[in-house]
Amino acid sequence: MAEIPHLLVHEHDDNVGVVVVEGLTAGTDMLCCVTHDNSTFRLKAEADVPIGHKIALKDFKAGDTAMKYGEDIGKIIADIPKGHHVHTHNCKTKRW
Amino acid sequence: MASKYSNMTVKAYRRENGRVGVRNHVIILPVDDISNAACEAVANNVKGTLALPHAYGRLQFGEDLDLHFRTMIGTGANPNVAAVVVIGIEPGWTRRIADGIRETGKPVAEFSIEQKGDFETIRAASWAAKEFVHKTTEYQREEVSISELWVSTKCGESDTTTGLGSCPTVGNMYDKLLPEGITGFFGETSEITGAEHICKTRAINEEVGERWYNMWKAYQDDVIFAHQTDDLSDSQPTKGNIEGGLTTIEEKALGNLEKIGRTSQYIDILDPAERPNSGPGLYFMDSSSAAAECVTLMAAGGAVIHTFPTGQGNVVGNPIVPVIKITANPRTVRTMGEHVDVDVSGILRREMTIDEAGDALIDSICRTANGRFTAAEALGHREFSMTKLYRSA
Repeated sequence: MAEIPHLLVHEHDDNVGVVVVEGLTAGTDMLCCVTHDNSTFRLKAEADVPIGHKIALKDFKAGDTAMKYGEDIGKIIADIPKGHHVHTHNCKTKRW
Repeated sequence: MASKYSNMTVKAYRRENGRVGVRNHVIILPVDDISNAACEAVANNVKGTLALPHAYGRLQFGEDLDLHFRTMIGTGANPNVAAVVVIGIEPGWTRRIADGIRETGKPVAEFSIEQKGDFETIRAASWAAKEFVHKTTEYQREEVSISELWVSTKCGESDTTTGLGSCPTVGNMYDKLLPEGITGFFGETSEITGAEHICKTRAINEEVGERWYNMWKAYQDDVIFAHQTDDLSDSQPTKGNIEGGLTTIEEKALGNLEKIGRTSQYIDILDPAERPNSGPGLYFMDSSSAAAECVTLMAAGGAVIHTFPTGQGNVVGNPIVPVIKITANPRTVRTMGEHVDVDVSGILRREMTIDEAGDALIDSICRTANGRFTAAEALGHREFSMTKLYRSA
């Protein structure tokens, strides 16, 4: 891959991706790569998001399920527009 | 079927019981906390020895005491240890631990402090330790198959890059080396929570999967639910995990489980610090998810090399087992490079495949087995942490 990706997504079923570069700023036209088959797409980052943190690949409504590794990783607890930061402030385990 | 890994060899130490070690330590092992001072004095007197001070060993009982003995004996019996001096406050438990280690056939000497005092004990134990150093420094490495290595894994300070890079690297190594006949360990009972439905299916058969699930469930009921004060979100994921971008325990567990790769299956379940008894293959050890405790338990089970994926940068080491640190996080490579043995950050840039990363780890395992110090060894990380199950009497 000539260009280094900004965001990695594990599986095609996933609706969140992981920022893999330092200093990502809002407005960046991100190169996103699905690691399962190295397919790529582009997405605009709508927030400054630190390396390792997640970005929404779609518009979420509270009550939706976050998917990563093709698995349920928790419930969305606040609306999140596509391109924004997904973390403990808007996503939580369904377990406790 | 022969693979490119089938003919790999390393230069290691063949012990009296046939096991293979990659280090040649003479350890001074305290039975209990109050014997630490004498052990440290002996290690100071005799160069080339290593004292393993710890906090426990008095007034323990039941399952907790059994675990104490298993950890002490397992540590002394580990093939990375050439000879052992055991020192305890009284002769009874000292003898029990020394005799347990003696079953391996390696040289063991024991000393107890009551009715002698520290001075006399240190004098006598120093003579024994010095003899052991002379004897064991003449031991030679010999060529052995990579299949004879017992390799454990546990990750720490995880973040989202561990699930993307460093854990799949370990998984790829297991997928390649378990078919060659190595013995592997994984564990971290609490950190499988969130991926228990998947872990159960990774057993060699339904019976083992069912036993695994019952062990995991007992931990949930007896430890987590019994002591739970809130929703556990303050400790799982940890603050470090959250800083690194992990949001939920499910997300953390799914990344953690990447350490057993795509095809590896576990063949049996071990109690903490228990030695595998079902031949080569992958074992799940019921163990704490705290780094030093988990590595200590797996070392007591007989692992001779530990592979440790980290995201945010855990710095753990172990006194007798080399700990190989693997990270895919470029910020950790940049800010904590002295702790990193295998840099797989190229996976995130899509410049390195998981297959290439697995080969890089196997190369690091071979070089470490041949004697190359890991970062943790060079930096003097020797965390020896006993697991305690409940309050002493």
